[in-house]
Amino acid sequence: MSDELPFRILPELTDRNRHFWTGGEHGELRFLQCDDCAYLIHPPVPICPRCHSKAQHAEVVSGRATLHTYTVNHQPWMPGPELPYVVAIVEIPEQAGLRLTTNIVNCPIAEIEIGMGMQVTFEHHDDVWIPLFEPERS
Amino acid sequence: MSIETIERSAVISGAGQSDVGRRLFRDPLELTLDACLAAITDAGLTTADIDGIATYPGPMTQPAGFSGAGLVDVQDALRLELGWYTGGIELPGQLGSVIDACLAVAARLATHVLCFRSVYEGSAQGSKGRKAVMPGGGGGGGFRASGFMEWTLPFAAPSAANWIALMAQRHFHEFGTTREQLGQIALNARANAALNPKAIYTDPMTLDDYLAARLVSTPLGLYDCDVPCDGGTALIVSHVDTTPDLRRPPIRVEAVGTAIRGRPSWDQFDDLTTMACRDAAAQMWERTDLTPADVDLAELYDGFSFITMAWLEAMGFCGRGESGPFVEGGRRIARDGELPLNTHGGQLSAGRLHGYGFLHEACVQLWGEAGARQVEGNPEVGVAAAGGGPLAGSLLLTRTR
Repeated sequence: MSDELPFRILPELTDRNRHFWTGGEHGELRFLQCDDCAYLIHPPVPICPRCHSKAQHAEVVSGRATLHTYTVNHQPWMPGPELPYVVAIVEIPEQAGLRLTTNIVNCPIAEIEIGMGMQVTFEHHDDVWIPLFEPERS
Repeated sequence: MSIETIERSAVISGAGQSDVGRRLFRDPLELTLDACLAAITDAGLTTADIDGIATYPGPMTQPAGFSGAGLVDVQDALRLELGWYTGGIELPGQLGSVIDACLAVAARLATHVLCFRSVYEGSAQGSKGRKAVMPGGGGGGGFRASGFMEWTLPFAAPSAANWIALMAQRHFHEFGTTREQLGQIALNARANAALNPKAIYTDPMTLDDYLAARLVSTPLGLYDCDVPCDGGTALIVSHVDTTPDLRRPPIRVEAVGTAIRGRPSWDQFDDLTTMACRDAAAQMWERTDLTPADVDLAELYDGFSFITMAWLEAMGFCGRGESGPFVEGGRRIARDGELPLNTHGGQLSAGRLHGYGFLHEACVQLWGEAGARQVEGNPEVGVAAAGGGPLAGSLLLTRTR
């Protein structure tokens, strides 16, 4: 990744979301997980949407994902990554339907294919580590 | 039909619209009130008859121009005495407010409800363009993202153009949909706008023009995105019992759809290719004996062209995944085709009046008052639907015979 980081609007860190946005400091993609039924809770909320348990912890997942869909953004909405850049939705293998909107990096646009294997990589800004995805190394 | 639906107690008795323009630089409350008074007059009523208000999205200062007036602004300016009112953004799409009004008159909390939606996004963006309406003023100043934007803004995906593009691309992947097919939504809108004196963009457009336009967020290009404008739209929802008091036979509300049966999210919704349109439309058809084959005209939200494709499938005008072939070539959806679609030019060419424009057009067409763009054959049944992503609401309307 280039040393020159693009401008990004960072998330407001709270006790509810800090595990997600700071996991990258340790190279970890983390989701809130229910202690009782193991459901991964995202975006984070104080109870488990499946069993309503309030017992939860931040769980480290593999960091792998499958590309669900993507778009090549050409529009200069605001300062950001160099145009054009790729916005994507990836699905993580640990739980069907659990997705993240993200950017694809380190991949020529022509090589992007829905269904391809991805892995997380983090971009560090201030107190936030933004989870981006690149093609999975075999 | 298995249930007696109470929305049949409601009718649409009047429709009104202010001046509409790309940038009018007029007081947005003035535009709002112009629309409201036009609708009241159109119904054959006076402000003394109005005892309810419903609006979307309520007063908002951000994004700039998104809300032309709040409920109390209109209530006070017109000195209305109300039996019921509601305004807000957490609704089944923009037309959710009109559906609420239908329920209110059915419950006899009000008899004549003024429903309105106004925008001044054109003027608000002014010469600063899109940046003027970006969260945090378009970057800088230490602004941090929260709420649902927390999950998109850090990835430089601030616009619904990005979120809808992701859905469209998935549809392209699953069903082989093409830009040439998607473009028919934009071309059809432009062709219809040419006959709408209030439309923003009326110059003829070809498929080559469409394909040559700059890309915004693939597969969406410039002409797949609606055009910000200034203007207000208002509808009057009345109790059916007041029909003899009205200026002309009202439009009957045959059925409404409000359901969402997936997660209320732009990226976590179970099927991004259907969005919540799927649930709202399915519920609407469960509430009537009419079928998609009975529909004479469809006014389906086109904040982005792909949303109309999703509504076409959700409404059952074609099968799931088949909207591409359905619109191919554009004949079927033309104003004189088998399913006239977005006959005023949609938001893509007539301007982003944000949902209410579709309902206004459906009513005007069913009244036979659409002038040069009137659909021939005395249309009797119309559908109006608004919303994209996790937002969806629809109404099935019939002309009083």
